[in-house]
Amino acid sequence: MKNIVKKYGDGFPAVNDVSIDIADGEFVILVGPSGCGKSTLLRMIVGLEDITSGDMMIGGKRVNDLAPRDRNLAMVFQNYALYPHLTVFENIAFPLRLAGASDAEIQEKVRAASKTLELDEHLERKPGNLSGGQRQRVAMGRAIVRDADAFLFDEPLSNLDAKLRGQMRTEIARLQKKLGITTVYVTHDQTEAMTLGDRVAVLKRGLLQQLASPRELYENPGNLFVAGFIGSPPMNFLPAKVDGTKVELPFGTVEIPADKAERVAGKGLLIAGIRPGAFEDASLIDTSHANLGSTFRAKVDVVEWLGNETYAYLPFEAPPEVQEQLLQLEKDLDGDSLRTQLVISLDGASRVKEGDEAEIWVDTTQMHLFDPASGDNLTVDHENAGQIPVYA
Amino acid sequence: MGNSPLRKAGIAVGALLILTWCLLPVAWIISLSFKSQESITNGNPGFLPGDGTFAGWDNYVAAWDNEQFRRAIFNSIGISLIATVLSVIIATLAAYAIARLEFKGKKLVLTTALAIAMFPVVSLVGPLFDMWRAIGLYDTWAGLVIPYMSFTLPLAIWTLSAFFREIPWEMEQAAQVDGATSWQAFRKVIVPLAAPGVFTAAILTFFFAWNDFVFGISLTSTEAARPIPASLSFFVGADPFNRPASLLAAGAVIATIPIIVIVLVFQRKIVAGLTSGAVKG
Repeated sequence: MKNIVKKYGDGFPAVNDVSIDIADGEFVILVGPSGCGKSTLLRMIVGLEDITSGDMMIGGKRVNDLAPRDRNLAMVFQNYALYPHLTVFENIAFPLRLAGASDAEIQEKVRAASKTLELDEHLERKPGNLSGGQRQRVAMGRAIVRDADAFLFDEPLSNLDAKLRGQMRTEIARLQKKLGITTVYVTHDQTEAMTLGDRVAVLKRGLLQQLASPRELYENPGNLFVAGFIGSPPMNFLPAKVDGTKVELPFGTVEIPADKAERVAGKGLLIAGIRPGAFEDASLIDTSHANLGSTFRAKVDVVEWLGNETYAYLPFEAPPEVQEQLLQLEKDLDGDSLRTQLVISLDGASRVKEGDEAEIWVDTTQMHLFDPASGDNLTVDHENAGQIPVYA
Repeated sequence: MGNSPLRKAGIAVGALLILTWCLLPVAWIISLSFKSQESITNGNPGFLPGDGTFAGWDNYVAAWDNEQFRRAIFNSIGISLIATVLSVIIATLAAYAIARLEFKGKKLVLTTALAIAMFPVVSLVGPLFDMWRAIGLYDTWAGLVIPYMSFTLPLAIWTLSAFFREIPWEMEQAAQVDGATSWQAFRKVIVPLAAPGVFTAAILTFFFAWNDFVFGISLTSTEAARPIPASLSFFVGADPFNRPASLLAAGAVIATIPIIVIVLVFQRKIVAGLTSGAVKG
């Protein structure tokens, strides 16, 4: 559907050399911490922001210099931007009226949209009298009445409370599947990104980090930033020294698969990234699994039992060169965790208690090793990692 | 605490005091307008007309029958409406530009506007009189509309640009994405949203134009353009040495009616136009 290379800058490049190719009917998420340029990118697509250089192509046509009204895109704003002086009906009908549609056509299309969005009983009300979720639906109604080439969402759920957010998320997913319309969705919430998107573009300071399906992002993050951004609780980063197939971690030495070991041979000090879910209480592992990973013993600092699973926290000391990289990463991710600790997710049946010296099993096939200087994932499986742009 | 009877009573008493203070002269004028001429020459200081001096609607009828008076009312309505409409239109466009666009000299425009508003009206009368006579605007509607506009524009621009600033940018952007041109976005979204501001500006302009006396009396010489406040001062009646006070009072009351009507009409708009729910509340 489009092929964009664009640079944006007034001295400061808010979006720098990003290329994303979106297929017809695809649901693409732009995600990243605040200030990463995702909203700017979206606004450039819709035409509210000038494009400094590069080409914005929609359906094979260059639209860089077209006004927003000529691009035939529909957008849902973060604060909905409903017209308060118009009723819900007129709000939804607004784009149709501008297009000069006949009254009969307006009636038909608005009714159809309001039916889809269950807004029938609110059509004569003013937006001021609606709840947040209803306003959100009106904003979506205004987008779907026109046969737009694509939907653009700018953090549409960030103004809703947690429960409503979950509902609307499924609602948006359902609507998109039903209408089969190309959608670009901006969010800073990685849960929304993971659940909604066919593909997710992770951005950091105006640079595209990785463009891949949620599963690929989760299992094969291209660099430290993506690895730390995707997943909750986030991936653990540990200092690691590789020697053959043995990796020395702060908690002990574990074995890694030979193919991974080969790719990191002779690199010296690395950062190992392991998802909390890759750990397990060694006593709960059945023997058929046990040989896939290694076990180590460590002191558990804090335990959070959630019923179906248990989070255990294990503090560790990191050498300064790794520490520095991890601090920088925290800054990039808008985080502020001060201590280096390992967060592991155990089965709810685990009896590990605070202060225990526990035997922990780790699935080393799921471990990634990152270059501490560049942050690149050295063990990434490029076959299953989508696109990872390389920057000089 | 907030709704104790004492508090309510206090508010009522306060409001009553203020109302009395403000409306007493008005009430007196109305009282005067119902007294007969004799009642005033004989001295009748009571609020209500004394025995046999109640004139009924006579004064009103007499005032209205006066050709000069009717012309003046017509002039006033026409001049004030034209000045208001033009001033509001120009102010809306100017204020929108000031609120939304970054351009060189924006500060200059705003400060100049304020400086004009601070200029004493009287000091301009002399030069304007000369200029208008030279270019033939003296004693015409346009000769009054222009100064009224220039004195009310600054205030209207300031009021309106404050209103426009309150409207979130997203409103226009949403409209543009929905397929509106900049002009359509302005007319269909921004102006309706700023309606309270537009009407406020309109009322203020109309007040200024309607109540002006200095320009009205200096820049006109005949009924061709003389507005009502100036005309009332020429209202002498049959006997030049005995000014018809009750007739004047009746004229003043009639001259007040249009302004009350306009305020009532616009006030409803101002309240109805108050907006909420554009964006997350």
